Amino acid sequence: MYFKLKIWRQKSPEDKGGFQFYELDDVSPDMSFLEMIDVLNESLEIKGVEPVHFDHDCREGICGTCSMFINGRPHGPQRGVTTCQLHMRSFNDGDTITIEPWRARSFPVIKDLVVDRSAFDRIIQAGGFVSVSTGGVPDANEIPISTNIANEAMDAASCIGCGACVAACKNASAMLFVAAKISQLALLPQGKIEAASRAENMVVQMDSEGFGTCTNTEACVAECPKEIGLVHIARMNREYFFAKQSSENISLR
Amino acid sequence: MNLDAKIPEGPLVEKWTRHKFNIKLVNPANKRKYDIIVIGTGLAGASAAASLAELGYNIKSFCFQDSPRRAHSIAAQGGINASKNYQNDGDSDYRLFYDTIKGGDYRSREANVYRLAEVSSSIIDQCVAQGVPFAREYGGLLDNRSFGGAQVSRTFYARGQTGQQLLLGAYSAISRQIANSKVQIFPRTEMLDLVLVDGQARGVVVRDLVTGKIESHSSHAVILSTGGYGNVFYLSTNAMASNATAAWRAHKRGALFANPCFTQIHPTCIPVSGEHQSKLTLMSESLRNDGRIWVPKKGIRGLTAKDALRIPEEERDYFLERRYPAFGNLVPRDVASRNAKMVCDEGRGVGATGLAVFLDFADTIQRDGRDVIEQKYGNLFDMYKQITADDPYNVPMMIYPAVHYTMGGLWVDYNLMTNIHGLYALGECNFSDHGANRLGASALMQGLADGYFVIPYTIGDYLANMPYRKISVDHEAFQLAEKHVKDRIENLLNINGNRTVDDFHKELGKIMWDYCGMSRNEEGLKHAKQEVIKLRDEFWKDLKVIGTHEELNMSLEKANRVADFFELGELMIDDALQRSESCGGHFREESQTEEGEALRIDDEFSFVAAWKFTGKDQPEELIKEELIFENVKLTQRSYK
Repeated sequence: MYFKLKIWRQKSPEDKGGFQFYELDDVSPDMSFLEMIDVLNESLEIKGVEPVHFDHDCREGICGTCSMFINGRPHGPQRGVTTCQLHMRSFNDGDTITIEPWRARSFPVIKDLVVDRSAFDRIIQAGGFVSVSTGGVPDANEIPISTNIANEAMDAASCIGCGACVAACKNASAMLFVAAKISQLALLPQGKIEAASRAENMVVQMDSEGFGTCTNTEACVAECPKEIGLVHIARMNREYFFAKQSSENISLR
Repeated sequence: MNLDAKIPEGPLVEKWTRHKFNIKLVNPANKRKYDIIVIGTGLAGASAAASLAELGYNIKSFCFQDSPRRAHSIAAQGGINASKNYQNDGDSDYRLFYDTIKGGDYRSREANVYRLAEVSSSIIDQCVAQGVPFAREYGGLLDNRSFGGAQVSRTFYARGQTGQQLLLGAYSAISRQIANSKVQIFPRTEMLDLVLVDGQARGVVVRDLVTGKIESHSSHAVILSTGGYGNVFYLSTNAMASNATAAWRAHKRGALFANPCFTQIHPTCIPVSGEHQSKLTLMSESLRNDGRIWVPKKGIRGLTAKDALRIPEEERDYFLERRYPAFGNLVPRDVASRNAKMVCDEGRGVGATGLAVFLDFADTIQRDGRDVIEQKYGNLFDMYKQITADDPYNVPMMIYPAVHYTMGGLWVDYNLMTNIHGLYALGECNFSDHGANRLGASALMQGLADGYFVIPYTIGDYLANMPYRKISVDHEAFQLAEKHVKDRIENLLNINGNRTVDDFHKELGKIMWDYCGMSRNEEGLKHAKQEVIKLRDEFWKDLKVIGTHEELNMSLEKANRVADFFELGELMIDDALQRSESCGGHFREESQTEEGEALRIDDEFSFVAAWKFTGKDQPEELIKEELIFENVKLTQRSYK
């Protein structure tokens, strides 16, 4: 297969950046999208041109590292897959493919397609945990959980923290990411104790990182590679309003 | 040099309890006077950093990924073992211990493995308390599945994403400690050297991968939890950036490297599709619970998955069920892999390359219904379809073995301390618990056992004797190490040759896979050694790295790692050469039973092979730690 690639190149955070065009021939339809970029990079390096920098690691769709905005969509055209699991058979011979980094003020570009997503880590640090230390916990079977609750929590917990939801949203909102964690822990008995303060603290951090607000366009849900549902945002809102309205939340930091 | 594993006295089942009582403690108020560096944030690293911070130590945690949540533990699929005996099927600490020792083909330490089994139940309790959404039965209690090498169901799981959920649990624990300012986190930062002062590990030199800045960090102890070295083979199920650099630099500073030739080839991976292949994708071993492995009785060239449907039952060879009626498709990984290779070598392999076997779910789908299979393996089936364009609900999967895990690693004693004082190694990066073959669902168990329940006790024993005084990074030892790191980076950038680092890495990987992979022999290994040395010389003469040192430069990162893989690859070959017996994942063609099974030679090889670096281009020195078995009787493994 033959492709024309229009790729965002940006030397450093300070650099203005711009698109560069490349052509690539002899692409196998069985190649993953990132393997296609590998081939491009090999050819660039041989020519003495700096390779296109992009984030990637497990290439199994689970680490959440890869983050390419392909033809105007995070992780490209296919539903429910990450860039690393996208294969060239999903494109047509001769296509021009546009590749950009995630675009959001809270995810500044480091170089080319690599962005800084540490804002997500700081949101988790604000409350995305159950405050238990190692040891001294009850036997695992002393906390029975019905299968439907466990399943719903697992759906939320499947979030890989890639940031596609933010990249997809016209407001660069991180609601789906934040909701996935709040929802998972609010559903489970282990997380209920801190549910109110968790919701408040994580939302405060989300806002202070500069993410936009949610206007219910559902673009995040459409583009999430793990197909995290809108229901979790609804649950997050409920937790948040409950926290605000109740007098139970006395532990807000 | 005499190796002391520091195994506590007393009967097997009392060793850990006695040891915990006998080792020294650090007073809670004094813990805050000690700084500990933890390299890596996978299951072992994140759980260690969080647990030690909870105790009061000051932790600096480093990972090369952009977030601690992305360490490769996240990709583990199938599950985690624990001897809870929730299924009432006869499990116990002793049975888990026994299965693990036997599964490892009697090349691990009894005391370490028993402790692993002993703490396994606490791991499940801990993870559940953190909110890890394990699979449940309808009554709300935890569900289990079976894994290879065991006849009880002791594997806990969260769909096909167990590693992800356990890692996110450990990540939540470390995040809480970051918020408490007890852990300082350094993402996108790679360790490039270990610093010793007066023979003790007192810090590290790291490179900030974004700015290229080389920096020193000082501490009272250093913990390496940096994973395995499977990427020596280029193609493996490891993440692209998984590397051996931290462990290898520690080795060159004097830490012994044990059993480097013990590598695990996982039987169920998606076969290679072409030259462009950058990594291999695992299909969880749990699939062998319900999938049946077969090839046609007579070889057929280029058989596709669709064609398989037309092959009648009597023309199929379910070779694992035939050869191992007791364990069937659930034989340990090394046995399953070798058998797949054998039938492919006989010309009965399937797929375009002939290097694949079928993993067929038709019978199970018919018996249990599609819903049940979807519930258990939905995401794996989706992933398979995404990669191969075949739908495993309708046609059999095609699988082939691939490099997955490395049982070898830094030598550690019972306290998980290497032979360098104050340097610890946890998880896959040590050699300790899996012998010559790791059983499925045991890596997650070991990583978390080391981090949550072993190191928090054992490190106190060492620190209790340490003065509080901190060493400045202006100390000469740090300055020398920094210079060493900078010189090497300069050297890599100055070669200015013609070949890319990936090009070299692929060639190295092919040599290792062909001669030091699933099957090894003396002649091949000797040949491979010459090839690796030749290629390494060429690497240092003809490498091309674009860009500079003071910026994000992923080619430079890779070059730094591959340079270490060359040296480690050579040591793996040396180790495979000296161990002329077969055991577990190490199959020496010269040493097999009449039926083609691995033949151990216990009189000669019941030892841990620990290698000591003796200088550049010098042969490494082999130091043996005898393995003493007081509780299990060494038998030829049989899964018939």
